[in-house]
Amino acid sequence: MSRITELNVNGSKLHVEADSEKSLLSVLRDDLDLTGSKYGCGEGQCGACTVLIGGVPTRSCITQVGKVAGKPITTIEGLENNGRLHPLQQAFLDADALQCGYCTSGMIMSGVALLSKNPSPGEAEIKSFLEGNVCRCGTYPRIVAAITKAAKQMKGGAR
Amino acid sequence: MSDPLTSADRVEIPIELERYELFAAPIYRFNVDRREFFKLFGGGIAIVFTLKDALALQATGGRGSGESGRPASNQSLPKEIGAWLHIGEDGAVTVFTGKVEVGQDIRTSLAQVVAEELRVPLSSIRLVMGDTELTPFDMGTFGSRTTPTMGPQLRKAAAAARELLLDLAAEQTKTDRASLTAEDGRVTNLRTRQSLGYGQLTHGQKLLKQIPDEVPTTAPDRWKIAGQSTAKVDGRAFVTGKHHYTSDMKRPGMLYGKVVRPSALNATLVSADTRAAEALAGITVVKDGNFIGVTAPDLSQAAQAVKLINAEWQAPAQPSSRELFDYLKSHTTEASGNEGNSGNTRGSITDGLAAADQKHQQTYTVAYIAHAPLEPRAAIAEWNDGKLTVWTGTQRPFGVRTELAEGFRIPEERVRVIVPDTGSGYGGKHTGDAAMEAARLAKATGKPVKIVWTREEEFTWAYFRPAGVIDITSGVRTDGTVTAWEYHNINSGPAGIQHKYEFANQKIEFHAAQSPLRQGSYRGLAATANHFARETHLDEMAHSLKMNPLEFRLKNLQDARQRAVLQAAAKAFGWGKAKSAPDSGVGIACGFEKGGYVATCAEVAVDRQTRKVKIVRVVEAFECGAIINPDHLKNQIEGAIVMAIGGALFEAVEFANGKILNPRFSR
Repeated sequence: MSRITELNVNGSKLHVEADSEKSLLSVLRDDLDLTGSKYGCGEGQCGACTVLIGGVPTRSCITQVGKVAGKPITTIEGLENNGRLHPLQQAFLDADALQCGYCTSGMIMSGVALLSKNPSPGEAEIKSFLEGNVCRCGTYPRIVAAITKAAKQMKGGAR
Repeated sequence: MSDPLTSADRVEIPIELERYELFAAPIYRFNVDRREFFKLFGGGIAIVFTLKDALALQATGGRGSGESGRPASNQSLPKEIGAWLHIGEDGAVTVFTGKVEVGQDIRTSLAQVVAEELRVPLSSIRLVMGDTELTPFDMGTFGSRTTPTMGPQLRKAAAAARELLLDLAAEQTKTDRASLTAEDGRVTNLRTRQSLGYGQLTHGQKLLKQIPDEVPTTAPDRWKIAGQSTAKVDGRAFVTGKHHYTSDMKRPGMLYGKVVRPSALNATLVSADTRAAEALAGITVVKDGNFIGVTAPDLSQAAQAVKLINAEWQAPAQPSSRELFDYLKSHTTEASGNEGNSGNTRGSITDGLAAADQKHQQTYTVAYIAHAPLEPRAAIAEWNDGKLTVWTGTQRPFGVRTELAEGFRIPEERVRVIVPDTGSGYGGKHTGDAAMEAARLAKATGKPVKIVWTREEEFTWAYFRPAGVIDITSGVRTDGTVTAWEYHNINSGPAGIQHKYEFANQKIEFHAAQSPLRQGSYRGLAATANHFARETHLDEMAHSLKMNPLEFRLKNLQDARQRAVLQAAAKAFGWGKAKSAPDSGVGIACGFEKGGYVATCAEVAVDRQTRKVKIVRVVEAFECGAIINPDHLKNQIEGAIVMAIGGALFEAVEFANGKILNPRFSR
């Protein structure tokens, strides 16, 4: 089993000591204390662990850390810019698109990926893109509203 | 629900005589001891809200063992304190409540009511919640008690604090109290406009005031901070991923724990070969009765050790979901938990059926479903000098403290349970299963231990929303008057079993049954099942009479609030214009529960080929009296609708012979 000693997370090269077969999620959470990405199911079904690998939304719970060494990894902790929230984070607050908040990191990461792919997604596209993200509190209509709102703001040059 | 301490899959500890002593109410360390209080919280002023009938009030919040895991008599009973509030010498306001935040946004709404009465900005208030060492006893966060019960307690405590500050200001400035007003965290002299901040007023004070349940509060129509759609107070911590749920926490030297689960529900351990696991470096294996758990420096090592343990279990033959409803009907019990039984019986069913033009009889069933909170059960436990501290996501911190104290045979004073704001519960986190497991492993290793259940463990070893069978016999006249209503709910529960219809003859009963699966509380409790059965049956009667379902309901209803929501929902939905077609239909239903009145219209389409049901739209009218945070209430209602759709369409738990067959989100 090979070892992974470095990960590129949120623009920084971070030292780790992990078996390459370990899940990216556990390395992020347990070794790097980046606990914004959540464990929800461990089988890539709920989306709470979503991070971006080179901009692509990825379920970190079923991703072996060895497969992403050297690639740029973005977690929820990497969205804030000098204390300023990403427009989608702000839109989640404005639309009250959360209750318990446990799915929120994954929802936002999926939403950020969608917005970078399509800056003005329609409702149907948002829904289908977020199919794999579960919000058990049922805030889906608000999440769709938040993404729509952020899309408008970002087009206006918010980021 | 089975007792987590004695059921087959839990740590088994024989009952000893000394345990009875622990049932006595412990000496509560905050029994309004002034010196103790200020030693802990610093100087200033403190208001302690005392309840005359605290016991009765708290007890009605839960329904004993069936719903909340444990009978009320096992609790350390409240010393008549509901809540307390402290204003420090720096003016900081800290509110202490045993309620917990699980996504219902009460951290925001309770802060709003305090800010309202205390006349301070919302941002100056901090809530300490669900910490058995810091907050007053609370039975738990369930049964829709926070807003109607804890809300008024905190309003009264805050109002009393405001009055005390006015007294202090009058005394300190030697001013007529009537010329002073409290606003924006200051007491201002209305004539001179000179003012003193709350911090200045409380400086050097150690004033503790106990207030009774009779303090007048501001009427809702004069609210300025309460009644507003304020955003979640700490929302930023959640959208940035910075909030630490229990499952995110780490303690120095912490180990990761995992439990070896039995081969089937209700299985007992025959033997276990743990040598291979114990041979691994850094692994500790703990065996205690039916419990086998391991600890490791990291989670994957713990999982590996569990795989190496060769355990033999013996499980009894058990019923399956295929025969569930027959099983429940043939296994009713006379056990306790029948509150709601024989409620509102009136007239005679025989007479009512004799007076009917049509008779109807139908059976409705509801399946077991899982809460599936997105944050699974999690706990971190650590022992220091014989004292146990546990961080865990539970809706009953004080109940879990009792579980732990009994489980480890230590007084409750030596157990502290802290509940970080939790990744939801929906009634599913009333027990301390993960807390018990983590504490047992921490005790064996002498180090803090974290346990986070896997999703499969959640779907298998947590308790479920009770399944049930509901039998209805009814009689109705051709003009739409219901003459007879006989209603039997087997096992699912009595919540929402009553209604506001004017049925002249009725008999409504709940019957407890032996449940094949471990069952307990669930969001809305049995109100979902009872509303579903009752309202579906009414539709069947209306259909048979060729009457409009809305008019049929209104004909049998006089209650003004129930009629109002029904008419509001129908109007907003466009009832009357919406027509049912072969592949789509519209429906309407109403009911009341815990002071809230609800009516819902839905449009549903069915694809005949795929047999898939699509909910096209739902319109709901909800009326619950004064609203503290309109947008958060709306958010809760929207979420409840989404959750109810899931339960209605695709969440039935399938099981056979002690095994859950669909323990995943993907199935």
